[in-house]
Amino acid sequence: MTTQLTIRDNFLETRLFLNRIIAALVLVVLSSIGLVVRLVYLQVVGHEHYATLSRENYIKIAPLPPTRGLILDRNGEVLADNAPTYSLEIIPEQTTNLSATLEQLKELLHLSEEDVKRFQNLRLRHKGFESIPLKVHLSDEDMARFAVNLPKFPGVSIQGRLVRYYPQGELTSHVVGYVGRINEQELQNLDPAEYRGTYYMGKTGIEKTYENELHGKTGYEEMETNVQGRSIHAVGTTPAQSGANIHLSLDIKLQKTAYDALEHYDGAIVAVEPATGRVLVLASKPGFEPNGFVTGIDDATYTALQNAEDRPLYNRAIRGHYPPGSTIKPFMGLAGLELGAVDASQRLFCPGYYQLPNQEHHYRDWRKSGHGTVNLTDAITQSCDVYFYELAHRLGIERMHDFLKQFGFGEKTGIDLAGETGGVLPSQAWKRKRRHQAWFPGETLIAGIGQGYVQVTPLQLARAVAILANRGKVVQPHLADRLQSHIGEQYPNPHVEADTNTFIPASSGHWKTIVDAMIDVVHSAHGTAKGINYNLTYQIAGKTGTAQVFTVRQDEEYKDLHVSEKLRDHAWFIAFAPADHPRIAIVVLAEHGGHGGSLAAPMARQVIEQYLAETGQ
Amino acid sequence: MKFDPRHNYLHLNRQQRPPLLRRLHLDFLLLAGLGFLACIAFLILFSAGGQSSELLVRQMVRLLIAGGVMCAIAQIPPRLLNRYSPAFYIGTVVLLLAVLVMGEIGKGAQRWLDLGILRFQPSEFAKIATPMMVAWYLAEHPLPPSWKRLAMAGGLILLPTLMIAKQPDLGTALLVAAAGAAVVFFAGLSWRIMLGMAGAIGALLPAIWYNLHGYQRDRIRTFLDPEADPLGKGYHIIQSKIAIGSGGIFGKGWLNGTQARLDFLPESSTDFIFAVLAEEFGLFGCLSLLAVYLLIITRCLFIVLEAQNTYSRLLSGSLTLTFFVYVFVNIGMVIGVLPVVGVPLPLISYGGTSMVTLLAGFGILMSILTHNKRLLAGGSL
Repeated sequence: MTTQLTIRDNFLETRLFLNRIIAALVLVVLSSIGLVVRLVYLQVVGHEHYATLSRENYIKIAPLPPTRGLILDRNGEVLADNAPTYSLEIIPEQTTNLSATLEQLKELLHLSEEDVKRFQNLRLRHKGFESIPLKVHLSDEDMARFAVNLPKFPGVSIQGRLVRYYPQGELTSHVVGYVGRINEQELQNLDPAEYRGTYYMGKTGIEKTYENELHGKTGYEEMETNVQGRSIHAVGTTPAQSGANIHLSLDIKLQKTAYDALEHYDGAIVAVEPATGRVLVLASKPGFEPNGFVTGIDDATYTALQNAEDRPLYNRAIRGHYPPGSTIKPFMGLAGLELGAVDASQRLFCPGYYQLPNQEHHYRDWRKSGHGTVNLTDAITQSCDVYFYELAHRLGIERMHDFLKQFGFGEKTGIDLAGETGGVLPSQAWKRKRRHQAWFPGETLIAGIGQGYVQVTPLQLARAVAILANRGKVVQPHLADRLQSHIGEQYPNPHVEADTNTFIPASSGHWKTIVDAMIDVVHSAHGTAKGINYNLTYQIAGKTGTAQVFTVRQDEEYKDLHVSEKLRDHAWFIAFAPADHPRIAIVVLAEHGGHGGSLAAPMARQVIEQYLAETGQ
Repeated sequence: MKFDPRHNYLHLNRQQRPPLLRRLHLDFLLLAGLGFLACIAFLILFSAGGQSSELLVRQMVRLLIAGGVMCAIAQIPPRLLNRYSPAFYIGTVVLLLAVLVMGEIGKGAQRWLDLGILRFQPSEFAKIATPMMVAWYLAEHPLPPSWKRLAMAGGLILLPTLMIAKQPDLGTALLVAAAGAAVVFFAGLSWRIMLGMAGAIGALLPAIWYNLHGYQRDRIRTFLDPEADPLGKGYHIIQSKIAIGSGGIFGKGWLNGTQARLDFLPESSTDFIFAVLAEEFGLFGCLSLLAVYLLIITRCLFIVLEAQNTYSRLLSGSLTLTFFVYVFVNIGMVIGVLPVVGVPLPLISYGGTSMVTLLAGFGILMSILTHNKRLLAGGSL
């Protein structure tokens, strides 16, 4: 019985057991299939995704900053260079004893507490295997002293870097501008990929306008990196592309002549090639030492520069607003002729003052005794104010505005320099909009002699003179002549418009009348600039101007000697030469220089003389 | 002619003698499978361990010790194993108690028992002692077991499980429970009861949740949503998935796995070593390894099938299933389908005690196979 039961049990048990083995097998197979499905999902379906993630994990991109392009003058003289500077750097991990090393270096190179403190701060933000600068701009002496002791300092090295250098210093401060450290705000507007590894950017001048072209293209080195961020080795390199070299039309020798010609006066000299609008000289005085801005200028120096009374940071040539004074008269004369308000032979009597019909007010001529009977040529040559009061009265402000606008008054020239301002060419609409007032007839007269609301920048006036010299061809002044890569490829210039081929329509006879009158300004016995006509082998067409800084009351007389330096008139001189085939158009402004004829004209002649001599008759 | 395994057969001629391995109570197929795994292990360990030969030497020493243990255990006939099961079980429980007491004194997690010259984890003993005890208990009476015996078996499983969970070592506790449960499964626990138990565990889940340690809960949370904390608790699993996925079909090549070599993958030579294999050898490598495991398991199931008595059947079945659970839980956690529990990849992961336990299990399986009179008699080995 018992035996039988056991036998039956065994049979049952064996069947049961077999079932369980099969169940276990099924379990194993199903689970394995589950694992395989998941593996296929990860390794086949998700492979690309995870491969990318894996690559992102271990590939870090180290930027290779490009070398900034150079800025050169028309003769290849370097105006903005990249000079190597050397800094002392430490890789903390490689030093045997960091604090002892610092102590010894401090003694050897006379480091300040400040240097050490800055280093310690930097150390907190960097990993132990990264190179951290201890002292930048090592002097030759320090370099030599360290080099001798180099074996004593494991983990300490001298690193060379290129830093912007302006060999002409102050002379090009307003044209070339300067680069400085990129600040937080600027960083937001920059392409972060392009500026990884670049710490400087153009802040003013050509450096700023051509930042994109000068900067070049950042290269990359792909580094295999472990979980702590330590670079193991480079796996691929995309080299950096140096920035374009910018060849300016500026003539640095001429610029220096102009700068020196201004002597102690604040002011500006702008010279352009009339046919093309190429800027030859763009001098604003005083300038400043731009190299200080590159490496970081201290607050005190910057504040001093900013608050200096003569405002050295201010580019007078493109930002300064001055009344053009009598330099507007040739343009007014052309307006009168073209619009039929006067003709060349018509004569007017100048008693030394002008009165509007039914008005008491005397509009004074600069010569109290008057110029007598004058035609347009006399009026320009002698700079008779009364003639132009009458002319302005006949034209009216609207016609004046519309005609002068063609010369670019009242608007930016579009030069490839940042920060240009547009001057003021008043009209009724302008006054209503800006001053919320109606236009008064007397204001037309004042505008007619380039005073009152009319304001120009020296550059604007230079463009107008160039157009006059061209007998109507409109040009855009520009500094960058060509952009060239270091291997000689030419780049198009995005900041200069192609020749628009626009002309101011005026009869050639009228152009001739005005140009002849301007020649008389220099070459005739009555000309206001006759002082510069000695030994001339060519003809200069010019016009003097005196811009009032403050208004003389009706019952007062203006006497140079009685007014302090600050309130003296600005001296203007505009010219182009040679008069028949102009190669240079120039504007000189000497702030508080008094009379244009005696002060500004000789400055202009110096520049013209040198340029014509340089370029050959 | 009948063979008696207790005999030596030196008086027989070469054809009549059982082969040498058989006389040493070892199984060639299992040895081959395990040896192959060991080779794979050295290959991956060399890469995962930063190409250090020191790591390999230590692993080799462990393998030799564990192999020695396996061979020694293979010599013990199943009937002796059966006889000493209760003593072994009781001894293990006592040691576990000792660990808990010392942990109480030492304040904090304690898994090791330090006997001066020897440091070991009693919880590893429990992985073998528990199925032995349950098999011994259930084999005494006809199967399927009665309710009363089932409840008793449950108690025998729960006692060491809870003690290990208290250490706390959730991974090992689960494996011990699984080993015990596997015995009950092979003993013929009815499907209905299994379903009912599954339901009960489901209902108890909230209670279990509240009794888990903070870090254990975090692991489960991480498993459910690794992206929630990619740099913190989810880091392991994310980096592991990246390693596996980036391996693709044929892998990045031996020693070329960037995830492990550049230290992005944590625990790359221990619990997460499967990810290294997957990264360097791709899906191809993963399937190959899985195939080796399945071949070993197939051989084990053959041993289970041929086992002569109930005790041997239950114990061998449990050891086989537990071995698979090891593989499944480890790979499952590395590929992100199971929560991260500290289960090493059998015979591949770097580490000592678990290897000894595993090979001891294979020793038992070999013993059950080679002491099988019927098979020897049939000459089918």
